[in-house]
Amino acid sequence: MSDKLTIGGHEFTSRFILGSGKFSLDLIEAAVNNAGAEIITLALRRAQAGTENILDHIPKGVTLLPNTSGARNADEAVRIARLSRECGCGDFVKVEVMRDSKYLLPDNQETVRATKMLADEGFIVLPYMYPDLNVARDLVSAGAAAVMPLGAPIGTNKGLCTREFIKILIDEIDLPIIVDAGIGRPSQACEAMEMGCDAVMANTAIATAGNIPQMAEAFKDAIIAGRKAYLSGLGRVSDRAHASSPLTGFLRD
Amino acid sequence: MIDHMTYLDDMEQVDPAVMLEIFDAVERYDPAKYTRRDVIRALDSSSPDREDLGALLSQAAQPLIEDIAARAMEETRKHFGNSVSMFTPLYISNHCENRCVYCGFNRDNKIHRARLDHDEIEEEMEAIASTGLEEILILTGESRKMSDVDYIADACRIASKHFRVVGLEVYPMDSDEYAVLHKAGADFVTVFQETYDPVTYERMHLGGRKRIMPYRINAQERAIMGGMRGVGFGALLGLADFRKDAYATAVHGGLIQRKYPHAEIAFSCPRLRPIITDATVAPGDVYETQLLQVICAYRLYAPYAGITISSRERQGFRDNVIKIAATKISAGVDVGIGGHTGAHDKGDEQFEISDGRTVNEIYNAIKEAGLQPVMSDYIYT
Repeated sequence: MSDKLTIGGHEFTSRFILGSGKFSLDLIEAAVNNAGAEIITLALRRAQAGTENILDHIPKGVTLLPNTSGARNADEAVRIARLSRECGCGDFVKVEVMRDSKYLLPDNQETVRATKMLADEGFIVLPYMYPDLNVARDLVSAGAAAVMPLGAPIGTNKGLCTREFIKILIDEIDLPIIVDAGIGRPSQACEAMEMGCDAVMANTAIATAGNIPQMAEAFKDAIIAGRKAYLSGLGRVSDRAHASSPLTGFLRD
Repeated sequence: MIDHMTYLDDMEQVDPAVMLEIFDAVERYDPAKYTRRDVIRALDSSSPDREDLGALLSQAAQPLIEDIAARAMEETRKHFGNSVSMFTPLYISNHCENRCVYCGFNRDNKIHRARLDHDEIEEEMEAIASTGLEEILILTGESRKMSDVDYIADACRIASKHFRVVGLEVYPMDSDEYAVLHKAGADFVTVFQETYDPVTYERMHLGGRKRIMPYRINAQERAIMGGMRGVGFGALLGLADFRKDAYATAVHGGLIQRKYPHAEIAFSCPRLRPIITDATVAPGDVYETQLLQVICAYRLYAPYAGITISSRERQGFRDNVIKIAATKISAGVDVGIGGHTGAHDKGDEQFEISDGRTVNEIYNAIKEAGLQPVMSDYIYT
């Protein structure tokens, strides 16, 4: 079965994107391997460290998805992205623009602006956003390669709080929809995939698990299961049993 | 003596609303009125409010310190993962015009004063950078004469060459002066309020510009107005009622976050330490249990905030508190002037430190705690 995830012309088999920001560096490699992840995000602000560089801990062949965390507006995001390209982190960039230090919610408006500027410069842009259909459409027009709506505030492990709005994005947007932030359990990742999300990103849930490699694997399996279920076509869910046709049975009289 | 609540003519004034709200909140805060049940309710809350904060800081919370620490740890990992940032402070001048009765730098004290010049700052910073640190905190005594804004700006420019993150702990200034320092490369300003109790404040700060309490309380706002990315808060616990001061500090940080949502907020938790000129100055009733209680209360009330743990505290305390709530730890600390190269005529220290471990030793201690040392979490844009 060939079921590839295509982002900006690049094909991936795995639909699990691993975050790295909350990890102990020496556990990243095991997490990536057990997760079967082919894409890993990293904060550029961490990737520049002289002492112990996160880049040394990421297995070769894994696609880097540097993010612009720390940017408070589009211009800062663009500067960080350019720096990231100069550092050899490739053309992928996850746009994160936040001007809220408490919930770390993305600034959609500035995110659209940054996406446009970076796409124009040839970056493969994956914007992290609050799931709003109009904004998602603007991101498509701006040249995004995928859209990354949040499931819940970052780090909360609360799951798909924005379920209904993500569903709308899945139905209406032709780019890959990748749920980012808030996914705290494998079951939630599975649910996102069953709904029709193209991929799931997780970080805190794995980084803060008791057994990190095993949790990475649990997420991998959940994502595969959810994807299979989606492709198989889920059975209809109903609150009531449907034993007979009390309203229209007379038609057969 | 001048009135400690009236701005001097040359001081920039900002909207007093935040300060008045802090004063009002503290006035109504009575740490003695809380019960065990209030503390448990606070621990059950997913977003603790001021009442919960008050309960967490109360005497009633002390027996529940283990539960409080567990909740704090949960929040810390959720927001910061395994990361613990490292930095070191660099004192570039200990000249001071203030007369603070508890401080070693008090202008009346006959201590050895020193001020590093451009080349000496460069040498000290090179020595610090060679240890692998990427974040530095520049400190001065509060003398606008001996360490004027241009002098500090020069230090910031040197620092930007050697470090990714440059923080400041200098005297409060106007927003346009903060803007100058921001342009020179600094991005984080910490101002210790010492105490939020106006009566104690007046009694402790006998002279110098620091005597003017509103100018100090509003320093963080002016720093943000000057373009700084983040601001730090801290009461010197033990100076007045530490529960009320900790309460005020947390409320202050929360109000500034609300008013300036983009600003990063951090808390420091200094306790009064012995100073070289007065053996009677010591941290009264703030023992380690109380200090941990304060740190955890900050974490639960403001889970997004950074918390710095000072080298005033001993190794065993620091190594454990980074597991629970602190997110930043100083390393390779020398609080005298010129201490990193040893080549200079050394000026005296402001206070004594308890944890003199090197950068490497702290780095390894963080690793051993199962955490990840982070040298720079930030890009100056």
